[in-house]
Amino acid sequence: MGNARDFFALLKPRVMSLVIFTALVGIAVAPGGIHPVIAFTALLCIAVGAGASGALNMWYDADIDAKMARTANRPIPAGRVTPSEAAGFGAILSVFSVMTMGVLVNWVAAALLAFTIFFYLVIYTMWLKRRTPQNIVIGGAAGAFPPMIGWAAVTGGVSIESAVLFLIIFMWTPPHFWALALFRNEDYRKVGVPMMPVVAGEKETRRQIMLYSLALVPVTLLPGILGFAGALYTGACAALGAGFLALAFRVWRTEAGPAQDKAAKGLFAYSILYLFLVFSLLLAEKMLGLEGIGARALVPGL
Amino acid sequence: MTEENDEGRRHEIETPRWTEEQLKKRRQRNLAIAWTLAGLIALFFVVTIVKLGGNVANRPI
Repeated sequence: MGNARDFFALLKPRVMSLVIFTALVGIAVAPGGIHPVIAFTALLCIAVGAGASGALNMWYDADIDAKMARTANRPIPAGRVTPSEAAGFGAILSVFSVMTMGVLVNWVAAALLAFTIFFYLVIYTMWLKRRTPQNIVIGGAAGAFPPMIGWAAVTGGVSIESAVLFLIIFMWTPPHFWALALFRNEDYRKVGVPMMPVVAGEKETRRQIMLYSLALVPVTLLPGILGFAGALYTGACAALGAGFLALAFRVWRTEAGPAQDKAAKGLFAYSILYLFLVFSLLLAEKMLGLEGIGARALVPGL
Repeated sequence: MTEENDEGRRHEIETPRWTEEQLKKRRQRNLAIAWTLAGLIALFFVVTIVKLGGNVANRPI
């Protein structure tokens, strides 16, 4: 029988932290004001909704989790929580988070949150994950929604700017997860999850990582081009993006073996820091009031 | 009388026996649920006050 801590572990707290942070940035950069209590409520609902979908994912994937070293100690495969307890827990939290968001914040944000949970559970976990190497490309949308939900919590709608925030995480997900899949290839092969390296081979995966990285960096510059981020963001993002491309290039050019694992681990670790910094920059500019200041104001004579 | 005894025995067999460890975990879970519900009530109360704002006092008596 599980204790409260086991149920908390079902919420995937580490994934939740990145979700909370990107949602917070969505709330902060959205135009117009929001009362801090309402903003806190929206963040709480997003966090609980994300956690709920994590619990439902662990319920559905308990069979393969038990066979992979990385996930074997999760509460269900370890026998501390029964599958039906996890399913009930996830379902109740899903309903509560969506209804609370609707009643206390607004129904657009609630609908987006409900769609995110549906997308992660049904589209990604149940449908795509075990069927196609494109699983994390399309499934990545679920992880990309939080800043959009945060934006909708403030404005009550969806806009091109919030779609750009979505797109940044969406384009970031494939190189991030394929880097992980390169050095965790054996785990996925063992349980038959068709990750890119399992199905298309490591060489093709390295090439795809490079291609997605080339697409990702320009997307991160869009906030500056669209005018809701300033020169500080754009300049720093270009530098961070150059680092991302350099690491992706190293992965692309290495041959399979220990060198490839090392390069993939490097890109994987950097990718987490990268996403965190890109969103931190947006937040910092907003807090310092620099988001409307373009390169001309910062560099005299430009 | 015999039937009653049988009924009683069957009932005894079906009742799960909780170990000290299980009882402790159940207590922890119950407390976690209680705190969560209390938090939810507090949240709804605070948000209601925030949304109504000054209008709480602004009504004919």
